[in-house]
Amino acid sequence: MKRILVGIKRVVDYNVRIRVRPDGSGVVTDGVKMSINPFDEIALEEALRIKERGGAEEVVVATVGPADCQQQLRTALAMGADRALHVQADGVLEPLTVARALLQLIEREQPLLVILGKQAIDDDNGQTGQVLAALWNRPQATYASKLELTGETARVTREVDAGLETLEIDLPAVITTDLRLNEPRYVKLPDIMKAKKKPLDTFTLAALGVEPRQQLKLVRFEPPPQRQKGIRVKDAAELVDALKKKGLL
Amino acid sequence: MSAKILIVAEHDGKKLNPSTAKCVTCARTLAGAQVTVAVLAAEAAPVASQAAQLSGVDRVVTVENPANLHALAAVLAPQVVALAAPFDIVLGPSTTFGKDLMARVAGLLEAPQVSDIMAIESAGRFRRPIYAGNAILTVEKAGEGKVVGTVRIASFEAAASGNSAAPIEKSTVSVTLPTHTRFISVSAAKSDRPDLQTAARVVSGGRALGSADGFKILYSLADRMGAAVGASRAAVDAGYAPNEMQVGQTGKIISPELYVAVGISGAIQHLTGIKDARTIVAINKDGEAPIFEVADFGLVGDLFQIIPEIERLIS
Ligand SMILES: Cc1cc2nc3c(=O)[nH]c(=O)nc-3n(C[C@H](O)[C@H](O)[C@H](O)COP(=O)(O)OP(=O)(O)OC[C@H]3O[C@@H](n4cnc5c(N)ncnc54)[C@H](O)[C@@H]3O)c2cc1C
Ligand SMILES: Cc1cc2nc3c(=O)[nH]c(=O)nc-3n(C[C@H](O)[C@H](O)[C@H](O)COP(=O)(O)OP(=O)(O)OC[C@H]3O[C@@H](n4cnc5c(N)ncnc54)[C@H](O)[C@@H]3O)c2cc1C
Repeated sequence: MKRILVGIKRVVDYNVRIRVRPDGSGVVTDGVKMSINPFDEIALEEALRIKERGGAEEVVVATVGPADCQQQLRTALAMGADRALHVQADGVLEPLTVARALLQLIEREQPLLVILGKQAIDDDNGQTGQVLAALWNRPQATYASKLELTGETARVTREVDAGLETLEIDLPAVITTDLRLNEPRYVKLPDIMKAKKKPLDTFTLAALGVEPRQQLKLVRFEPPPQRQKGIRVKDAAELVDALKKKGLL
Repeated sequence: MSAKILIVAEHDGKKLNPSTAKCVTCARTLAGAQVTVAVLAAEAAPVASQAAQLSGVDRVVTVENPANLHALAAVLAPQVVALAAPFDIVLGPSTTFGKDLMARVAGLLEAPQVSDIMAIESAGRFRRPIYAGNAILTVEKAGEGKVVGTVRIASFEAAASGNSAAPIEKSTVSVTLPTHTRFISVSAAKSDRPDLQTAARVVSGGRALGSADGFKILYSLADRMGAAVGASRAAVDAGYAPNEMQVGQTGKIISPELYVAVGISGAIQHLTGIKDARTIVAINKDGEAPIFEVADFGLVGDLFQIIPEIERLIS
């Protein structure tokens, strides 16, 4: 079966104002709104569109994390994914651990394509897709803004610093999404009900033979330095004067 | 013990990208570090000699292979891994080149990666921004073994290009390179304006510009100021500006002397990209816009009147 595997990470919603705990042990997450990482919504949307065009038969979403992550898997099912896989894991999960777990799921599911986000907006690591592609020994096309499947290969347009780069890669492969790949659909109420009946399988890391390793200790969290409050100028002339005085014009 | 640091050079086959000189400065903040720059290219000589002149570089190694003509992470990563054996820290810039490549290197090495390093506190201890820069995290390597890192280039000045030159050594690595990833093309709008990532002055426009045509008043002002032009995500999404102009959490992180935000509201994802700008100017018709909270100089008003007026005043 032609299958697409999509990574779903539960993160603090992008609208939440992040506050560092006073003791420096982390950021405040109690009672904070959690959502699917925006790049993962884009990944799922792309998978669904490929399926709707007949390029795939099944879209499977997967997450690695604590029990709460099932909320985001249900949302993904409501968006249109066919099945969900939850690898239960607590504590700090580094990209290598997540990638190892995803690799085990790949071995079970044999997907044609794996689509992840280019970065998770909480840790901003931007590593998991590349680490997974390395462990799997398959191609990676990161920062995708356009994706065309042509049988055994894919053409991917990537947003790079210079502009847009196009690669051709053999399948199976790992793609990571950029913002302009698509605009994710909204979830409709009846679909939320339907999603409750869709299959959601759970695994433990141990059952997959993955031992979580923490190779980086999180020593301290701090708020960023604040900028000094500036001044208001009344018109363009005053602005130009002020900038000239500072030698900026 | 002095740390051995390998820096993977970013280049276009002819010129060394300034991001590499910033990685050298980052590496040099670690006392006694021995810094080697690796140049992987089809023909390495021109780039290698530029790298060798950077002050703070002890040695340059080159790996020449026709497959290295275009920087493909899947092709470069096994070669970097082959070079990495004697090193403690392997660094690349936190640009799309470096972010794509270094995490693949980390995966092959099964080593931890520290993304967006803003400070090296010791050979195993680093500081980096998370949550779009709303928190700064200090991480420390837990075990033995290497650390891979990407360097947040806005946090470091470029190492100077001196007159002395470090030795250049040719290296041959015997690894089979994958053929599953093939370069097709790259399209980059050519412009005579300064490069956004290294420009001293940047003028950026947001959704308020209203169209690609609307951006013309910014190009005109920028040319008058010798500035690069940036954009918010909203402006890029709407097609007013190309993707390579996006500034922010998921675009470019920049540190110009002067940043002029025009018709940009100041969402946290945008502000992440300009935290290191020396002076920020905000021009917005809404006096309550969050951009004013970070602006050194704020001007409330209609950009379509203000921008041409500024241009007149400075010409
Ligand atoms: C505050 C904090 C700071 C941390 N800092 C570091 C650090 O500096 N270095 C480090 O190695 N680890 C760090 N960790 C570990 C961390 O828990 C990350 O979850 C893990 O490193 C994955 O990285 P990321 O989420 O940034 O993924 P990225 O690599 O940015 O994620 C890219 C994509 O991978 C997929 N993906 C990522 N995680 C999952 C998942 N759990 N399930 C399904 N798909 C997933 C998603 O598609 C996502 O869009 C930190 C953890 C916390 C809580
Ligand atoms: C995962 C994720 C990643 C993101 N990454 C980025 C990123 O990298 N970079 C980024 O920029 N955004 C990013 N965003 C989007 C960000 O949240 C904002 O939506 C975006 O920055 C808004 O762009 P804007 O300020 O141009 O538009 P708006 O918020 O619409 O602001 C337009 C401003 O123009 C002003 N204005 C209107 N008319 C005039 C006039 N005539 N004269 C003067 N002022 C006027 C208005 O008062 C308003 O303040 C991201 C969002 C998400 C969810």
